[in-house]
Amino acid sequence: MEIQEKKNIYVGVQTTQTRDIRDFMMEINSYKNILVFAEVGDDKVCENSLELLGEANRLKTMRNNDSWVIAAMVGNDVKKYAPTLFGYGADKVVAFDSPQLENYRSDLYGAALAGIINAYHPEIVLIGATALGSELAPTVAAKLRTGLAAHCTALKILENGQFTQVVPAFGGKVLGDIYIPNHRPQIASIKAGITKKLDFVQKDGVVEDFSCELKGFDRMKVVKVEKVHETCKSLTEADCIVVGGFGIGSKEEWTKLEDLASLLNGANGCTRPVLDAGWVSNEKAMIGTSGIAVRPKAYLGIGVSGAAHHTCGIKDSGLIISINKDENAPIFACSDYKVVADYKKIVPALIEELKSRK
Amino acid sequence: MNIAVCVKPVPDSKYYDQIKIDPVTKTWDRSGIPTVISDLDKHALEAAISIKEKHGGKVAVFTMAPPTMKDTIMQALGMGADEAYLISDRAFAGSDTLATSNILAAAIRKAGNFDLVITGNESDDGSTAQVSAQLGEWLEMPHVMNVTKIDCDGSSIFVTAKQDNGSIDYEIGLPAVVGVTRKVNKPRFVSIMGLMKAKQKPFNVFTANDIEPDPNFVGLKGSPTQPGGIASPEMGRKSEKIDGTPEEIAKRIVDELYKAGIK
Ligand SMILES: Cc1cc2nc3c(=O)[nH]c(=O)nc-3n(C[C@H](O)[C@H](O)[C@H](O)COP(=O)(O)OP(=O)(O)OC[C@H]3O[C@@H](n4cnc5c(N)ncnc54)[C@H](O)[C@@H]3O)c2cc1C
Ligand SMILES: Nc1ncnc2c1ncn2[C@@H]1O[C@H](COP(=O)(O)O)[C@@H](O)[C@H]1O
Repeated sequence: MEIQEKKNIYVGVQTTQTRDIRDFMMEINSYKNILVFAEVGDDKVCENSLELLGEANRLKTMRNNDSWVIAAMVGNDVKKYAPTLFGYGADKVVAFDSPQLENYRSDLYGAALAGIINAYHPEIVLIGATALGSELAPTVAAKLRTGLAAHCTALKILENGQFTQVVPAFGGKVLGDIYIPNHRPQIASIKAGITKKLDFVQKDGVVEDFSCELKGFDRMKVVKVEKVHETCKSLTEADCIVVGGFGIGSKEEWTKLEDLASLLNGANGCTRPVLDAGWVSNEKAMIGTSGIAVRPKAYLGIGVSGAAHHTCGIKDSGLIISINKDENAPIFACSDYKVVADYKKIVPALIEELKSRK
Repeated sequence: MNIAVCVKPVPDSKYYDQIKIDPVTKTWDRSGIPTVISDLDKHALEAAISIKEKHGGKVAVFTMAPPTMKDTIMQALGMGADEAYLISDRAFAGSDTLATSNILAAAIRKAGNFDLVITGNESDDGSTAQVSAQLGEWLEMPHVMNVTKIDCDGSSIFVTAKQDNGSIDYEIGLPAVVGVTRKVNKPRFVSIMGLMKAKQKPFNVFTANDIEPDPNFVGLKGSPTQPGGIASPEMGRKSEKIDGTPEEIAKRIVDELYKAGIK
C-alpha cells in the first residue's frame, strides 16, 4: 500500500513524493512537540495566545511531559515578548522578526509560520481563532497540505494517543470529533475564552531566532492600519456578565443594562440581533458562534431567547440566570435559575436592590 | 472583469435549533429543513454583481454539491449572476475544506480566466472559515478574509479587513481571492423576473473527469481531517424557577449572584 503526501514545502517550492507506508509512519513519529502561534496585538501578546499556552501544557502532560511547548512569534520586534510567553508556559520561544512582517498579510505571515513549522516539525499546532488567526490557520494548513480543525471547543488525547479535536457545526447545535490521522502537523484553531491560561510564573527559557525566505505577492500592499483601543471592560475579564438580547427592545432601554452591569462590577454582553440593531457598538460584546466565548462566574441573560448560536458561547459560565417573558424560551433549559417575567418589571427592582446593598 | 463567486447551499440556519441527533445511528437529522444559499454567499454575490455593473464582464457561480442543489443555484442566477458551474461527483463526497478548496480551485481554473474570486467568510453550517483562504492558496493568488469593504477600479481591489483590534486596508492587483463578511453590503432580493431570466442562463455541470484537482486531496480519502463521532453539547442545567413579586425576585437574584462570588 502506498500513501502519497506532499512534503518539503518550503515557501514557493513544493515537491510530491511517493513513499512506502512504513517510511510514512516513521515520518509521522518524527513530528513532536506542541507549537502555539503567539499573536501580538496592541503591543502585547493576545490573551487568546496565552490561554493556548495553558492548553498546550495540559496536552503536554497527557503526552507524559515528553513534549515541549514551543511558542512561535512572527512580526517586527516581537522577540521582546518572550518573557511573557515563558511566564505563561512556553518552554521555548521561536521568534521571526523582520521589517517585512510589520503589518499582517496572509501571504507573508503564512510563509513565515509555514517556514517555522517546516523547521520544527511540531505534532500539534494551536492557533487562536482571532480575525488574524482564523485566516492564518487555513492559509498555513493549505501551504503544508495538512489538516485543520476550526474553532475547536475541546481538545483531547485519547488513551491510544490519538489527538482529537471537537468542532461545532450548525451554530453549535452539533459537536463533532475530528482526527488528523495521516498528516502532520495537526492544526487546531480555538477562540478566546475556551481554554485557560496558567498563572504567571517568572521563568527563563531559550529564545531562537528564525528566518526564511518570505516570498509574497508584489501586487499586495498594506495601505492603512487602523487600531481601535478598547474603552470598556473586556468580557473575558469580567466576573459577571449582564447580557441583553433582542427582547430589550430599544437603545434607550439598553442603558438600564449598562447601569445594572456597573452595579455588579461586570460587563455587558449581547446577542447578534442587538449588535445588528446598533444598541451596542462594541463588536467584542457579542457572544456566540460568530462572537466570543465567555466563562464568567455569573451570566445574567435578559430578553435572550437562547439560540444554539449564542448558548454555545456561554455554557462554561459558573452561574446562569435568565429572565424571559416566554416560558418556553430555550435559554431556560441551560439556566440554573429562570425568571418568567417581563424584564421591565424586574430590572428596576434589581437596580434598587443592588443600590440598597452598596 | 470576470468574477467567480463560490456559493454553498446549506440547511437554513433559522432551523438549526431543530436539528436532532439520532441516538441510534448517531447521525444528525435535518429532514424538513429547507436548503438556502449560505448567508454570507449572498453578500459575496452582491459584491460581485455590483462590481460587474460598474466594470462590465460576467459573474459565474461555483458550487460543489449534489445535483439536487440545482434550485439553490438558480436563486444565485436569479440574483443576477450570469452563469453557473455545479461541481458534482461521487468522488467528491466527504471532502474536507482542503479538498473542497482544491476541487473548487480546479473548477475555477477550468472554467476560464477569473480576475476576482469572492467567497463568504464562513458558511452557515460548517462555519469553518477555511475555504476562502485555502482557495487562494490552491489558486496561488493573494487572498484576504474578514472583508468589510470592497472597491474595485478594474485592475486592483481596495479592501478593508477587520482585525480584532481595528482593521487593515489592502490594495491588491488582480487576480485575488476575498472572503466577505456581513458588513460589506446589503444583498439585493431575488425578483420573479430574475428567476425567469435565470432559466435561460448557462448552467454547466463539472464531474471529476472535467477538472484536474490535485488527486491527493479529493473526497473523504483525500481529506486530512477525518470525522469521528458526533454529539449534542451538554448544556442542561437545573432551571429552577424564581417566583414572587419583582422585589422578591430581585432579592433572590442578587443573593444568588453574591453567592457565586459577585460583589
Ligand atoms: C451564521 C450565524 C451565526 C450567528 N452567530 C450568533 C452569535 O455569535 N451570537 C448570537 O447571539 N447570535 C448569533 N446568531 C443569531 C442566532 O441564531 C439568534 O438569532 C440570536 O441569538 C437571537 O438573539 P436574541 O435571543 O437576542 O433575540 P430573539 O431570538 O429575538 O429573542 C428575544 C427574546 O426576548 C424575549 N423578550 C421579548 N420581550 C421581553 C420582555 N419585555 N421581557 C423579557 N423577555 C422578553 C422573547 O421572549 C425572546 O425569547 C447567528 C446566526 C447565524 C445564522
Ligand atoms: N461546497 C462548496 N461550494 C461552493 N462554495 C463553497 C463550498 N464550501 C465552501 N464554499 C465557500 O467558502 C466559504 C467559506 O466556507 P467554510 O470555509 O466552509 O466556512 C463559503 O461562504 C462559500 O463561499
